[in-house]
Amino acid sequence: MRLERRAHVPLHLVILAPLAAIFAALLLAAGLIAAAGVNPLTAYGEMLTGALGSRLSITEMLTRATPLIFTGLAAAVAFRARLWNIGGEGQFFVGALVTAWIGHSLGVPGWIGIPLLMLAGMAAGAALLAGPAFLRLRFGVDEVVTTLLLNFIVILFVGLMIEGPMRDPLAFGWPSSVPVDGDFRLPDLVPRTRLHIGLLFAIAAAGAVWLVLARTVFGAETRAAGLNASAAAFAGISLPKTIMGVALLSGALAGLAGSVEVMGVTAGVTTTMSPGFGYAGIVVAMLAALHPAGVVAAAVFVATVFVGADAMSRATGVPSFIADVIVALCLLTMIVALLFTTYRVRR
Amino acid sequence: MSDAIDLLMNTSLWAAVLRIATPLIFGVLGALLCERSGVLNLGIEGIMTMGAMSGWLAVYMGAPLLVGLMVAAICGALMGLIHAGLTVPLGLSQHVSGLGITLFASALAYYLYRLIVVVGETPPAIEAFQPLDLPVLSDLPIVGPILFSQSVPTYLALLSVAVMAYVLARTPLGLAIRMTGENPHAVEAQGLNPIRIRIGAVVAGSALMAVGGAFLTTAAFNSFFPGMVQGRGWICIALVVFASWRPGKALIGALLFAFFDAYQLRLQTAIEGVPYQLFLMAPYVLSIVALILVARRAEVPAALMAPYRRGER
Repeated sequence: MRLERRAHVPLHLVILAPLAAIFAALLLAAGLIAAAGVNPLTAYGEMLTGALGSRLSITEMLTRATPLIFTGLAAAVAFRARLWNIGGEGQFFVGALVTAWIGHSLGVPGWIGIPLLMLAGMAAGAALLAGPAFLRLRFGVDEVVTTLLLNFIVILFVGLMIEGPMRDPLAFGWPSSVPVDGDFRLPDLVPRTRLHIGLLFAIAAAGAVWLVLARTVFGAETRAAGLNASAAAFAGISLPKTIMGVALLSGALAGLAGSVEVMGVTAGVTTTMSPGFGYAGIVVAMLAALHPAGVVAAAVFVATVFVGADAMSRATGVPSFIADVIVALCLLTMIVALLFTTYRVRR
Repeated sequence: MSDAIDLLMNTSLWAAVLRIATPLIFGVLGALLCERSGVLNLGIEGIMTMGAMSGWLAVYMGAPLLVGLMVAAICGALMGLIHAGLTVPLGLSQHVSGLGITLFASALAYYLYRLIVVVGETPPAIEAFQPLDLPVLSDLPIVGPILFSQSVPTYLALLSVAVMAYVLARTPLGLAIRMTGENPHAVEAQGLNPIRIRIGAVVAGSALMAVGGAFLTTAAFNSFFPGMVQGRGWICIALVVFASWRPGKALIGALLFAFFDAYQLRLQTAIEGVPYQLFLMAPYVLSIVALILVARRAEVPAALMAPYRRGER
């Protein structure tokens, strides 16, 4: 038995792969739900109604999907060029922090301020990833470890800022940063829910990323760098320039996730404002097979699991960590599924 | 400032260095074994979490402490088997699979902990490993309390360094593992099976990582809580590079690292007016600096991260 590379991957396999991966992951997780003494079908039913059963739950799910689209795009852009940006979590937080910091006392109207703050969050995220990208290009330091370690450094830095210089004197209980000015809160998309127009920004970002990757020279260079770096270099593509460009784009997208989350949902920054958006973004990107349009769909799926699991946990007593298990299993089953789309088994 | 220097003269600081180094020694040896055979194991952070949970849980449910360490090793080995299965015979991306294992193993550990253990106001605790004074040796001045009054897992960690160094450098098995990491085709030509060697190395390495995690819950603390591994796994991955894939240097790296960690903990209380987060950042910043310093002259195993498929070049 051996694996043989397919010359062409048929479209039905591209669409089937993530569905098969999700099905396999749900099947495996069913064993763990059964171990909790709950019928897995009942539990999955509760998850579906919990995430999609009412107008409120759907808006809540889409609110959760918004940052996941951004972080999923950030991972997809980087992974396409084989830049292993695992620092989405840290980039999310610096984007959030800079937005709250500038947005607290910026004296301009909202329609100027909101784009400005988004740019500031993007710049912060891009700057944070530029460091590891530079270290890789200049000294050959593996960016996986540096981006991962930066996540811990950034979280501590956020703690330092919100307990010190950026502390909100009016916040009770957990320390929080000062909030962004009311003029810079994103308008609601659906009245009387938490869903804000950031969702539209996220979808627009997916469209823009798709355009850049599919229709520009930079996009072609990115793909070439990821597929075969030495062939790309031989063809005259400047690898350092391409990798740095990818790093800036990827970091900016993750920083934007934090910026939009602050302006749309939390107003102030806390160390607990992200339930792992950066890490979940990696799963989103892989489930989407690194395609921008797929990222939107995958983010909605992952958000459904997270929001649904909370409701299911309340109803059945199954620990809500099952959501993290399902999402992690999806990543593992998806890479196996991708293997069978790119290779065929020959006897 | 003189406070900062006084701290260095304190034997309790140096005893703490060995204690803090213990989980790192296990983790870095495990990562080193995997990488020497040609497989990067980014599952380490999750495998350590799984080891911390499962080792603690076994003891909580009545097993002796050493059995707890064994349970942790078995659970870690199982996680390693998944990583090996995905990356060695299937040749999938070691980066993505490893991250997947980290996400999966930590989520599974938290899930099982919540499922089995009833957590009240404070997490339930176990009777942890106590320092074991070695007869005669522990009475020696200065070195006695530092070296010979540690807990059993710390002695095990030091022993593991010696065993790993010996096996890798002086035995046919070690030669086969190192060769698989450098040139799996040559291994095949010798009539050995590089696929089996890699799977074995990843499984054994993952078991070591999990024991490192179990040290946290059965010796350093006496309870388990989410997020307690705190990036130690990633630090171990950095330490392997710093140690240029050699067990002896890995021990030095882990000790050096633990020294800075123990020292910053004590400085926190000695120096006032500096935010404590700055001290807590030090280990992570230090890891990055270490990586930059050695990156230029790193002797990476030649076949690291290159999947091996029979008959394929």
